[in-house]
Amino acid sequence: MNKNKEQLLNKRYKAEQRFRLYGQSAIFMALLFLTIFIFKIFSTGYSAFQKTWLIVPVNFDAELMMLDENPTKQDIEDADYYEIALQSMWNLDPNANEDQQNQLKRMVSYFFEREIKQELLKDPNLLGKTKEVYLTASDDLDQVFKGNYPRDLPEDQRRVSDYQLKIFDQLVANGKVESKFNISFFTNADSREAELAGIASSFMGSIFSILVCLMIAFPVAVLAAIYLEEFAPKNRFTDFIEVNINNLAAVPSIVFGLLGLGVLLAIFQLPRSTPLVGGITLSLMTLPTIIIAARASLKAVPPSIREAALAMGASRMQTTMHHTVPLSMPGTLSGTIIGLAQALGETAPLILIGMVAFVNTIPGSPMDPAASLPVQIYIWAESAERGFVEKVSACIMVLLGFLIIMNLFAQIIRHKFEKKWS
Amino acid sequence: MNLILFTFIVLLGFTSYYFGRKKAYTIQSTKKRLTALPQFYGYYLAIWCAIPAFIIFSLWAIFEPSIVKLLILSDYSNQGYLDDELNLIYEKTKALSRGQFTGEITPFIEASAEKYLSLRSIAQSSKVVIVLSAIIASVAYAYKRISSNSRTREPVEKFLNAVLFTASLAAILTTVGIVFSLIFQTIDFFKVIPLFDFVFGTHWYPAKAFVRDSSEALDPTMYSDTFGAVPIFAGTFFIAFIAMCVAIPIGLMSGIYLAEYASIKVRQYAKPLIEILAGIPTVVYGFFAALTVGPFLKELGTSMGLEVSAESALAAGGVMGIMIIPFISSLSDDVITSVPQSLRDGSYAMGATKSETIKRVIFPAALPGIVGSILLGVSRAIGETMIVVMASGLAANLTLNPLESTSTITAQIVVILIGDQAFGDPKTQAAFALGMSLFLVTLCLNIVALRVVKRYREKYE
Repeated sequence: MNKNKEQLLNKRYKAEQRFRLYGQSAIFMALLFLTIFIFKIFSTGYSAFQKTWLIVPVNFDAELMMLDENPTKQDIEDADYYEIALQSMWNLDPNANEDQQNQLKRMVSYFFEREIKQELLKDPNLLGKTKEVYLTASDDLDQVFKGNYPRDLPEDQRRVSDYQLKIFDQLVANGKVESKFNISFFTNADSREAELAGIASSFMGSIFSILVCLMIAFPVAVLAAIYLEEFAPKNRFTDFIEVNINNLAAVPSIVFGLLGLGVLLAIFQLPRSTPLVGGITLSLMTLPTIIIAARASLKAVPPSIREAALAMGASRMQTTMHHTVPLSMPGTLSGTIIGLAQALGETAPLILIGMVAFVNTIPGSPMDPAASLPVQIYIWAESAERGFVEKVSACIMVLLGFLIIMNLFAQIIRHKFEKKWS
Repeated sequence: MNLILFTFIVLLGFTSYYFGRKKAYTIQSTKKRLTALPQFYGYYLAIWCAIPAFIIFSLWAIFEPSIVKLLILSDYSNQGYLDDELNLIYEKTKALSRGQFTGEITPFIEASAEKYLSLRSIAQSSKVVIVLSAIIASVAYAYKRISSNSRTREPVEKFLNAVLFTASLAAILTTVGIVFSLIFQTIDFFKVIPLFDFVFGTHWYPAKAFVRDSSEALDPTMYSDTFGAVPIFAGTFFIAFIAMCVAIPIGLMSGIYLAEYASIKVRQYAKPLIEILAGIPTVVYGFFAALTVGPFLKELGTSMGLEVSAESALAAGGVMGIMIIPFISSLSDDVITSVPQSLRDGSYAMGATKSETIKRVIFPAALPGIVGSILLGVSRAIGETMIVVMASGLAANLTLNPLESTSTITAQIVVILIGDQAFGDPKTQAAFALGMSLFLVTLCLNIVALRVVKRYREKYE
């Protein structure tokens, strides 16, 4: 009997340990996913911040550029750079046949003409001389140089030919290939060519939509929260409003996209693909989040504050506007920032209102067509080219960076400015 | 022009604030008792100055274009044009008046363009005149009230109250907007496709609707086997099911561990770290699923001799499950910590171990709240878009094999609506019908879940 009891007790203790272990492994799993996730993004993305340049001697031959003697600045601007650009690539291998010449040309981006022109515009004295110019390598060579491209594949499965690799290796051996910080990733708009694509247009698109979202959602949400928390009578109607808000907070984001499409675009005829429409759609989405946060922080202001103000003869409106609302602002603001961070990461509604359009200009106002950072991630992730994979990861890193900054900011506001009532 | 007028109104509003306040001080200097603080005199005047002007201004902005259009097109009214052609004529007229027209210029359109320009300038100047006279009239009225020292605080506060109330209607308006934007397209859709075919049909092939020549009349029999939503609904629930298979055990166990076992220090770090998972944008999860998990599963399957699609439901569902972990863990954590301590103490006093207490006492007590949090998780899984769009297939297969690809409601909506849409096309309307069903399903789940959680909270608070 006694032995049985001991066995039972042991069994129970074992079960206890097992249960504990389940809990620990669940936490471990969740954290493991997070680590794999972040590691994967960083390990594929960090190389996008470097860009490979080929250093190619260019002969600025005035004759080939169809320039007369002593050209004006305008002439240099209008000159034909294609021939000298082509010639300088061909010079990498003087014995190349026609097909190989074509391959040589494709070792750099189609932008090479413009890069050579920039060089001459910077220093017009170069005319007639030869200078080594940095040219953006094609995305495939860029990947080869970064070691992301398997060289041992059979040639017909690669986008880089053996011939291109041979020339490229010669250049590397001569120290004519250089990797530098990729500024153009931040200053260029989107492009079909991976080596030239940048996040500037989608970044501006995101900023504009977030600003529009902030300007609409913040005032409306704060006013609504003040009404519901401080003035609303407790009746069926206010209950209905409350149920509505809680529901809206859980409605799938794509439904807001349909709302934007069906009402903003189809009925109000607002311009498609613009951050204006995107921002309005996002603001409807973040509205409940901010209302809930603002109400919570209004609720946290102790009644003694209100009673003191009322006792001094302030009206209810004065009490609210002069005392309760200012005291609740830190909580409201941090809730707003968290809501905006959510909106910043939102993709599906923006796709529906057409912000997936290919935009190769940087938008200057909320009325210009644009993409946004998450949509840019989607666009690049859908394209097949190898060069875009690291761009996607890099874009994700930028986006996550912004989200982290915003969340930290919200935390700081909350901890620094929020009064602890006890 | 609008911007100038707008700033002008704003500036006038500010000036009248100071003016009103100054007036209050002069009244005070005559030893009369003020009926409110001086700034209320200012607010009163400013409100009267700006609000009527703004109302007229915005009404004008809303109605001006359609009235101008009506006037322009009245010239063409009895010439037998179709609506579309009239719209085209109007667009041409506008383009010509801006000097951006590149096509052939007919004398008719040239005349309308001139008329358009003159109408616009008449409208502009009359707008300025009307807005300004509204400002003068209302300011004069308000100034008279101020001078006679009548009440100002009450009207100002009443106005503010009305503003607050209007803002609180925004949530209702949004819901109405959602229903409104979905319902008309959905009704039109069901006029062409019988509800029965939609709900019980097993073939989803919207691309077929593209083949139609737009000049032909709609022939409903064409679509009899095109818009059967069963595979879509099945795929949606299937992927959500896979996601919950990942999220419930991990989320629930970590919630329990954090609430009952973890030391303060572990809790302090583990909880926010897990919640990071909730803050990662879904498009990032989608990229991860499509580029890492999908190929990984495919390779794993091939090495075990299984045929795995690169866009398997398992990859999408699994990653979606990871995304939902924090929702379930932090909600169930909250729910468990709000179970009263007395229940625990009673159980310990009877000699139960910690895990027995959790399993037999706390878990049953917290069950409604946990069920609520799981339902919210399910609703999120059903409405999740980007992961499915990027990692799961786009062809709607009716399958229960997690290694094959399926499609979901959200993915189909995106596939149909990406790019240019033609409203009035059954294909576009199908997306809205899908959106409507998504909205209804998640609405039911949310209402039930929120109610369950609320009941539970009330029970212990």
